[in-house]
Amino acid sequence: MKYIDDYRDKDLVEIIAARIEKITTRPWTIMEICGGQTHSIMKYGLQEFLPEKVSLVHGPGCPVCVTPLELIDKAIYLSSFPDVIMTSFGDMLRVPGSESDLLRSRARGSDVRIVYSPLDVLKIAKENPGKKVVFFAIGFETTAPSVALAVKQAGKTGIDNFSILCSHVLVPPAIRSIMSLPGVRIQGFLAAGHVCAIMGYHEYHEIAEKYRIPVVVTGFEPVDILTGINKTIEQLESGNSHVDNAYGRVVTEKGNIPAQNMLMEVFEPVDRQWRGIGVIKGGGLKLRDEYASFDAERLFPLGNIKAEEPEGCIAGEILQGLKKPDQCSSFGSVCTPDKPLGAPMVSSEGACSAYYRYSGSQKKEYGRV
Amino acid sequence: MEESDINLVCPVPISEYDCVVIAHGGGGRMSEQLISKMFFSQFGNEYLNKAHDGAIIPFPGKKLAFTTDSYVVSPVFFPGGNIGELAVNGTVNDLVCCGARPLYISLAFIIEEGFLMNDLWKIVLSISGAAKKAHVRIVTGDTKVVEKGKGDKIYINTSGVGEIFPGLMISPDRCRPGDIIILNGTIADHGISILSKRQNLSFESGIISDTASLSEMMGEVFENCKGIHVLRDPTRGGLASSLNEIATSSGVGITIYEDAIPMNEDVKGACELMGFDPLYVANEGKILIFAPEKEAGRIIDIMKRHREGKDSVIIGKVTDEDNGIVKLKTLVGSTRIVDMISGEQLPRIC
Repeated sequence: MKYIDDYRDKDLVEIIAARIEKITTRPWTIMEICGGQTHSIMKYGLQEFLPEKVSLVHGPGCPVCVTPLELIDKAIYLSSFPDVIMTSFGDMLRVPGSESDLLRSRARGSDVRIVYSPLDVLKIAKENPGKKVVFFAIGFETTAPSVALAVKQAGKTGIDNFSILCSHVLVPPAIRSIMSLPGVRIQGFLAAGHVCAIMGYHEYHEIAEKYRIPVVVTGFEPVDILTGINKTIEQLESGNSHVDNAYGRVVTEKGNIPAQNMLMEVFEPVDRQWRGIGVIKGGGLKLRDEYASFDAERLFPLGNIKAEEPEGCIAGEILQGLKKPDQCSSFGSVCTPDKPLGAPMVSSEGACSAYYRYSGSQKKEYGRV
Repeated sequence: MEESDINLVCPVPISEYDCVVIAHGGGGRMSEQLISKMFFSQFGNEYLNKAHDGAIIPFPGKKLAFTTDSYVVSPVFFPGGNIGELAVNGTVNDLVCCGARPLYISLAFIIEEGFLMNDLWKIVLSISGAAKKAHVRIVTGDTKVVEKGKGDKIYINTSGVGEIFPGLMISPDRCRPGDIIILNGTIADHGISILSKRQNLSFESGIISDTASLSEMMGEVFENCKGIHVLRDPTRGGLASSLNEIATSSGVGITIYEDAIPMNEDVKGACELMGFDPLYVANEGKILIFAPEKEAGRIIDIMKRHREGKDSVIIGKVTDEDNGIVKLKTLVGSTRIVDMISGEQLPRIC
């Protein structure tokens, strides 16, 4: 922990903040991609250390938030089968589907279990040969390799009662989608450190060049985030737009190649629906045909389940950085963590939950009390 | 009027959920709503409405504290303890938080058919040891056995009675601006020890539950310091939930300092790994003391002489700003709100 404490050092934070203050001459709008970064920004009140000219907007990097409503309804429906054990990361359980959520399903008698790793699901499948064990496979390039590994191992060891409900999504296509929005005002990106730990950052050169925008790979601690912001503003102030790495202790240009190979062996890119945003070209992953026998959507009759987003939730605009949570008329009134309208109010990486949790429902001013 | 219409007069007071979910027992806002809307609305009286760890009730010539709690922890055996000593220490500490000397407890078991006699004996021995250490006597009890599958190994309920120390007046609504807040050691040990056992995670030096009776240490404090305003043991829902409850009950603001809150390095690492905020993780041998600043030195001196209080520190203060709100001065020097958690913490995805 000493190692992490260095990145929460008060003096260092103040030194970087002073540097940012000194170099910033104009207003800049920067998007942090990852919901983990959004939570850190709110948890440590980092906006307090930035000049008023610097505005942070929050990106789509909350896996739970972008999982389509339809898939959540499918997971809830699947969990109602008496011979199904539904497994999921904990964060997903409270996210509202059209009429219910997995937590309520469990309370009504469905077998819904929280797991920490997809490999735990294989263990459950082995221990329950009479049951069909489904894993709700959500997440970015961070979680997909471990799911790929579980699928591969299931194939190798002949575990045939395991399948996944796949909702994996990819970051670079989402950035391109955001940059293609009319009236986009984002001038720099803090790329998600964990995703880059797996994928490297070679994919981002093309984005920086095409949209003439700085992309800085950034970590999650206060010193990491302020360093990322500092490096972004340095580029913006000097008219540069390239990829920089402010998370060198974890991320390399090429990333974790064995994990990438595992990912691409089992999955292939596909156009995918992002909740609140719409279909993003090449924005997701699906199981390759040779692994189709592990695809829950092919194994179970789920085709008829369709869903429509609830009214009054602007999650899509939040996730694309078009609005901030406290600009939503439902925020803190009809939408709270107890009665969430949308996923960003539930997830530990959701922007609305970060605002509510660290600033309170009545406190409109970002990060301050 | 049809008979079915009568039900409309008194509708179920919780509309958001049509069944009880786990989060209703998580110690956060949803637990609080269940208790206040469903239970207090029907059972409320001047003693219950205090929403304290136990009730302080008049008895001819004396003031008594009375409390009850049920223990359903899984796993039954965890690093640093088991459900038995937890059931004694938890109830003893609730009495201590009323400013009482714990005297008598009841002990009720609900055991699932098939539970190993050997394990039951281990639990009984640890109950006996904990009761001796806390100087309480088990004076009544009950045992029920339920069919296999109708319970989860073993549940224990304990109720306790204690005698209030003369001159003490402890109540959750008594804290005042200017009071300091003392905590007797590291947070989140119990919750993380349970979680790491559940997940089969092992940490280098091991994380063990802090379950302990605070009766002896606080007895000495009560003998010598009569000015204490509020006591609270931050169990389910952790430090954050307890502080929010007190801020609301007393109508005051609370500020705590992140760098003052003691934490075991392994627990800190485990929280990082699993994505838990230690402020919301359960403790079982901790106490929060709200007292005037002039009493702080004496209280801490006494506490430090006991094993359960050797790491006692001031973690914050009570203010007259933003009443009902708990604020945290972060490690990096900014300020943020520490809200009550909605349900229970769920592990993060990545």
